[in-house]
Amino acid sequence: MRNAIGRELPAHIEGYGHVRAFAGAFSPLPDMTRQAPRVKAARPGDCKLVNSLEEVFSRIPVRDGMTLSFHHHFRNGDGVVNQVLATASKLGIRDLTIALSSTFPVHAPMIDHIRSGVVTGLDTNYMSGPVADAVSRGILKKPVVLRTHGGRARAIECGQLKIDIAFIASPASDEYGNINGVEGPTACGSLGYAIPDAEYADCVVAVTDHLVEYPLSPVSIPQTRVDYIVKVDSIGDPKGIVSGTTRITKDPVGLKIADTAAKVIAASGLLKDGFSFQTGAGGASLAVAHFVRKMMEDREIKGSFALGGITGHMVEMLESGLFRKVIDVQGFDLEAVRSIKTNPNHIEVSAGFYASPFNSGCTVNQLDTVILGATEIDTDFNVNVVTGSTGVIMGGSGGHSDAAAGAKLTIVVANLLRGRLPIIMDKVLTATTPGETIDVLVTEHGVAVNPKREDLRDQLIVAGLPVRDILELKELAEKIAGKPKDIPTNDRVVAIVEYRDGTVIDVVRQTTDR
Amino acid sequence: MADICKVIQSGTLESSDIMITISPARKDSGIFIELESNVAMQYGDAIRATINQTLAEFGVKNIQIKAVDRGALDCTIRARMLTALSRAGITLNGELF
Amino acid sequence: MDLRRTLLFIPGNNPGMLQNGGVLGADAVILDLEDAVAPLEKDSARILVAHALRNVDYGTCETVVRINPLDTFAHDDIATIVPCRPKALLIPKVQSAADIKVAVELMEKAERPGQEPVKIIALLETPRGLAEAYSIACADSRIVALALGAEDYTASIGAQRTSSGIEILTARSLVLNAAAAAGIQALDTPFTDANDETGLLADTQLARQLGFSGKLTINPRQIDIIHSVLNPDTKDISWAERVIKAIKVAAAEGSGVASLEGKMVDAPIVARAERILIMAQRVGLKGAAQ
Repeated sequence: MRNAIGRELPAHIEGYGHVRAFAGAFSPLPDMTRQAPRVKAARPGDCKLVNSLEEVFSRIPVRDGMTLSFHHHFRNGDGVVNQVLATASKLGIRDLTIALSSTFPVHAPMIDHIRSGVVTGLDTNYMSGPVADAVSRGILKKPVVLRTHGGRARAIECGQLKIDIAFIASPASDEYGNINGVEGPTACGSLGYAIPDAEYADCVVAVTDHLVEYPLSPVSIPQTRVDYIVKVDSIGDPKGIVSGTTRITKDPVGLKIADTAAKVIAASGLLKDGFSFQTGAGGASLAVAHFVRKMMEDREIKGSFALGGITGHMVEMLESGLFRKVIDVQGFDLEAVRSIKTNPNHIEVSAGFYASPFNSGCTVNQLDTVILGATEIDTDFNVNVVTGSTGVIMGGSGGHSDAAAGAKLTIVVANLLRGRLPIIMDKVLTATTPGETIDVLVTEHGVAVNPKREDLRDQLIVAGLPVRDILELKELAEKIAGKPKDIPTNDRVVAIVEYRDGTVIDVVRQTTDR
Repeated sequence: MADICKVIQSGTLESSDIMITISPARKDSGIFIELESNVAMQYGDAIRATINQTLAEFGVKNIQIKAVDRGALDCTIRARMLTALSRAGITLNGELF
Repeated sequence: MDLRRTLLFIPGNNPGMLQNGGVLGADAVILDLEDAVAPLEKDSARILVAHALRNVDYGTCETVVRINPLDTFAHDDIATIVPCRPKALLIPKVQSAADIKVAVELMEKAERPGQEPVKIIALLETPRGLAEAYSIACADSRIVALALGAEDYTASIGAQRTSSGIEILTARSLVLNAAAAAGIQALDTPFTDANDETGLLADTQLARQLGFSGKLTINPRQIDIIHSVLNPDTKDISWAERVIKAIKVAAAEGSGVASLEGKMVDAPIVARAERILIMAQRVGLKGAAQ
């Protein structure tokens, strides 16, 4: 069957089930209620502190076939997933589904666990490194489920993703299970991606390397939802956790694109008092933030909030009064950690608050503009952020589809040619974010506006911006570089790309040339 | 009839460039191209075609080429090929086009 | 009037930069075969730049090639590059009108039948070159601009290069005067600290005050700043509009003499006003040229 953006999908996928086809970014809400986790009781004097992961495994107990969940606030410095899986392997547990919100190179040991049958399912929002390569090659029998950040929260809350045990890497915890992310040697800032897990898992285990006296405050995850606390030597490598300062791109072409994107925002009329803004942590996005900041300073604009993915650059803008608030679902560097700890205008929010489409209002709905990247974009403005130029998985939506749907003005910044590769395709290899939610593509050779936005197109032309038809830009790229040949794939589905509402927007097929 | 007598290199390993290494080949052994490219899937055939076309233009029939490509455009491939051929002693007569 | 507010140097042996040169927003790109290219790679760069000129679309950017000095590789450079139709050659270390004549002879030999003559920008970097500035400027009709290369020059005269630029004031003035006398453009020396935006701003403001209409540019980050200084500002544009209006009023009244704010508006003033309005229109600022 074909879904609403014309992608060919099987009606049923082995290891996943019935496929609900993507039917538009804002298709009608199914009739449903939230799921409910098991009720617990704790007697006075009960001790939740457990001496080791092995002990926690036997106390719960962890059984074959369970779904274990983890957050990714420690990014490539995470230590908890590997420790938990090593314990599972040691105890002979098999057939686990691992629901971790993002997968990084540090998770490479998972490949052995997949080979040995400890892990048979993976549910994640972003993948890079050896695990992503292995999945692309077909190492898992069941296809990986790729979700958006908002979609994962929705799936947990509404029951599509049932978590048996949430292992929450906790920078700081007291002995009764109050957790926050702002204290301790591995402080990471906001714990936004852990909150839905904590609220809805049947069992919640805090894994910490920094146990403090009761009661901990501030409380991000409360004791009422935490069943066990395990103290380990280290929950991760602080150097890998936060990447230090993320830098603005130095590439002159990238800077030109960023400058043009800032001019698009100005021309749209959105750059006025009360302006709100989200950008990723990549070099090109940060560059746009830099140019927007200069414009705000020049025009003395007081914004309302910055959202993300928060870096020191956003913190600077908050502290210099350019924004009244920062809404933070994840900290990207130590400055973000410092600010969230000390500044009441820097707010920690859960993944659902940030981006879930099935609640009474997520923050992306309030966004004026978001700057996004892309590995590919097609002439319908559908964007690929899942597979790279060789068809291998090297990313995932993260918050991409969510922010694109919510923002008034969604801008994709990308080089028209990356090396020799044109970024505009007839059809993207893997659709992640549907074209109806993308307003503008900014490249070094011109700006393409989604035909649905005639109003915006006129504004940009009047402002003197180099507006071109997206087909024109595609042809220009192919004239310069030659037309690229398609990546060959076979029929086997290695990953399912779910849109934020749980429908399937595309699948990733195994590449043949490996 | 043009033949190569020594090992010659041109180009660099920088992004958008192509490094060409040509070595002598035995008479009548033909054209042998070893290609390594980060865009092999999308442009491998096109790169080989450009290299072959350039060789044909200058009548080179026996040569061994190793090309390490980092996304070079056709005009860059041709330029680096011409530089390598020129360094190998094939005269270009100052007229490249 | 040719817009040469910024002329961005692009290393001639770097394909990635050559193919992107046209999108960075400079008025001209200088594909550099000289200082940016190691001696062993001169052939490589020459062939690459030739291909770039033939295949890369530089849009509205003027394509300039800085060849090697006339006593080194210039002959091969000119023979290979000129048939590829650059708009101009930037000739370094020009010492005298005789140098220009040598270059022109080589260029004429290399040009294809029917090819538009390639222009010349003479780069003066030596005491002798500066001493001969006017005769160089007049040496051939192909010459459209004189440019100053201050780094080598200050070393030759034993001066210290400073941020105030006082040690190159005379050199700048010589270039400006010679160019003005010959009716061609004067282009200022590059500001070499790519990280110092405040310094660039001050240096460009001084250049503008002295009379330069353009500046050699060594890094894309410098482009916007230089444009912002060299563009006519709203004060200039409104002044120029008032001048033109005064002329029209005088003509309508049948008066031979126009005046503005008590001052007589004579030919050089009108010419300056017209240049400002043409430039304003060219760079997309408000104000139409009459």
